[in-house]
Amino acid sequence: MVSPAHFIALSVILFVIGAVGVLVRRNAIVVFMCVELMLNAANLAFVAFARMHNGLDGQLIAFFVMVVAAAEVVVGLAILTSIFRARRSASVDDANLMKY
Amino acid sequence: MTGSVHSALMPQAAAALTTYHATGIQDAAGLLLAFPLAGAAILLLGGKRTNSWGHYVGVAMPLLAFAYGVAAYVQMLGYPAAHRSRELTLYQFIDVGRFQVPLGLQLDQLSICFVLLITGVGSLIHIFAVGYMSHDPERRRFFGYMNLFLAAMLLLVLGNNYLALYAGWEGVGLASYLLIGFWQYKDSAAVAAKKAFIANRVGDVGLSLGIMLMFAQFGTVTFQGVFAAVPSASHGVVTAIGLLLLLGACGKSAQVPLQSWLLDAMEGPTPVSALIHAATMVTAGVYLIVRSAPIFDLTPDARLAVAIVGAVTLLFGAIIGCAKDDIKKALAGSTMSQIGYMMLAAGLGPAGYVFAIAHLLAHGFFKAGLFLGAGSIKHEMNEEVDMRRFGGLAKVMPITWVTFGLAYLAIIGIPPLSGFFTKDPIIDAAFAKGGTSGALLGTAALIGAGITGFYMTRVMLMTFHGERRWDDTVHPHEAPPVMTWPMIVLAIGSVFAGGLLIVDNRLLNFLGPVTGVPPTRHGLWTWSGIVALALVVVAFGIAYALYGRREIPVTAPAGSPVTVAARKDLYGDAINEGLLMRPGQWLTRLSVFFDNRGVDGLVNSLAAATGGSSGRLRKLQSGFVRSYALSMLVGGVLLVGALLLVRL
Repeated sequence: MVSPAHFIALSVILFVIGAVGVLVRRNAIVVFMCVELMLNAANLAFVAFARMHNGLDGQLIAFFVMVVAAAEVVVGLAILTSIFRARRSASVDDANLMKY
Repeated sequence: MTGSVHSALMPQAAAALTTYHATGIQDAAGLLLAFPLAGAAILLLGGKRTNSWGHYVGVAMPLLAFAYGVAAYVQMLGYPAAHRSRELTLYQFIDVGRFQVPLGLQLDQLSICFVLLITGVGSLIHIFAVGYMSHDPERRRFFGYMNLFLAAMLLLVLGNNYLALYAGWEGVGLASYLLIGFWQYKDSAAVAAKKAFIANRVGDVGLSLGIMLMFAQFGTVTFQGVFAAVPSASHGVVTAIGLLLLLGACGKSAQVPLQSWLLDAMEGPTPVSALIHAATMVTAGVYLIVRSAPIFDLTPDARLAVAIVGAVTLLFGAIIGCAKDDIKKALAGSTMSQIGYMMLAAGLGPAGYVFAIAHLLAHGFFKAGLFLGAGSIKHEMNEEVDMRRFGGLAKVMPITWVTFGLAYLAIIGIPPLSGFFTKDPIIDAAFAKGGTSGALLGTAALIGAGITGFYMTRVMLMTFHGERRWDDTVHPHEAPPVMTWPMIVLAIGSVFAGGLLIVDNRLLNFLGPVTGVPPTRHGLWTWSGIVALALVVVAFGIAYALYGRREIPVTAPAGSPVTVAARKDLYGDAINEGLLMRPGQWLTRLSVFFDNRGVDGLVNSLAAATGGSSGRLRKLQSGFVRSYALSMLVGGVLLVGALLLVRL
């Protein structure tokens, strides 16, 4: 029997993998994928809790998160392509012009 | 029954006066202001184009105002005594909601006395100035300021509310500033003008606070409204208003402790001195006190303060007058002293108001005569004012000698000249006040009369008698007729004014409804009058022994400590410097120090701290996206941790 605790544990593992990926990877595409991983970890937790409580609220929120993630990818990838065109690099560390 | 018995012995306050609307000639009382104002406007705005004929306008305007004043006076005489107070509204001065101040003029017995004095003596001084200023390239401007002076003074005495009075009061201050500093290229004149202006401002603060207090308490500033409301006000408020008005009067009338400006004001051309001392300016303080009689009637404390100020000043001025070698400054000390008599009389309440005004009117004649005489001498002596360089002028300037001499006899109170009639009732009334204060005030007035005899005799002897002590470079001779005629008219006034005003209680009956009636006097000769006369004779003897018999050294001898002190105006300036200027300077230095170190230090260090910490904080904005992500993560974790900790 798969209990909600298992889902939550999986969600935490995915989230931590995503967070670590965002912090340590330089390639913007990979950073993006890690962000998606974190969002999906959150979705998993929402859905798991929704099933546990027999409610639809969590599932609804998961849809919202997907929509936001899709929109984010659209904008993010557009920015990324234009940065790549200008600088010939997809490294997030290279895009550091806006600083003190 | 007791009331009626007392009424013959006790002074009676004026009954509340009903005021009627001005009709006939009096309806045009605005002309009194319009004439001199028009003169000032024509001369000051007309510029150099009016140079050749400007002084005629300057003389004509006061004369026209005088003619109108006489007409208004004649019309007033036609009314019964209780109907003589007339007023008219020129326009609405302030119109804010319930606060209404119409610029109203009031023609009553008191103001008409002043109108006639100001325009009459003022006109004579203007005529004199035509000759006196004939060599001055700025004569036109001079006449413009003089007309402005008259206009301001007329507004002061004609206004039917304290705000109009205040406007005139300030106008007088401005005009005196312009005139004292008329020869502003002289440092001393510029400084004297500023000094007069500032000393007057100190007094003005008192007057303006008094008016504000009236408005706060009674909601009105008209004479009628204030006087109607005063009896129901608390004693403290009335005394406070009285003392504030006294401060104002001290500034304008050069009374101790605001006396210091008057002696320096001699830097102005001599007609200005005559105008300030006889017709305008210094009489304003006395007018203010007498006009505010219904206020002072209710507060014996403030009245006593007025009387004490007057008594102190009359001795103060007289002592200064004894030591001055500058003829104008000796006369200025004398003015302080005589105004002191008026203030003393005004401080005695209804027993003295009339005599204050009587002395003021008589003083207007003889002091103007003395100053014009001094001006005529100064004019002929190449601007020399040191009496030690005069001597023997009686032979070369006979008309000046006679007119000056008559004014001299009038001021020291020789019967039957003016001063005898007007000064003695004041001394008498001071003694009649009774008690220790009455005895002290009366004694001060008596001693003052004696000193007056001394210093005026000294002036007379040093100037007109003895050996000639002037250089061969000056050739004094009699002044031209345009200067001598005003002196002659004033001398006639000096001789007769006092008798005309006092004998048969003429002024008393005329002014009684406004100022209240003093107790009946029995005869002209009182013991105080005889003592005063004896003192004057003794003083004359001493002065004659000192200055008539002995040769007068051209350079002033060292003199006794009293003489040295009196030469320095009894340390009036030193006291002002030590008591007010130095502490003021320390206070400003302290404030500057506190401002620099305290306020600025606090603000500057706060700014430096903000700047420094932001300089360090901005390093966090490194431009590395991943470090931002880390701080977001840490922040998120901390937030979640905190929420878990407080179990939300």
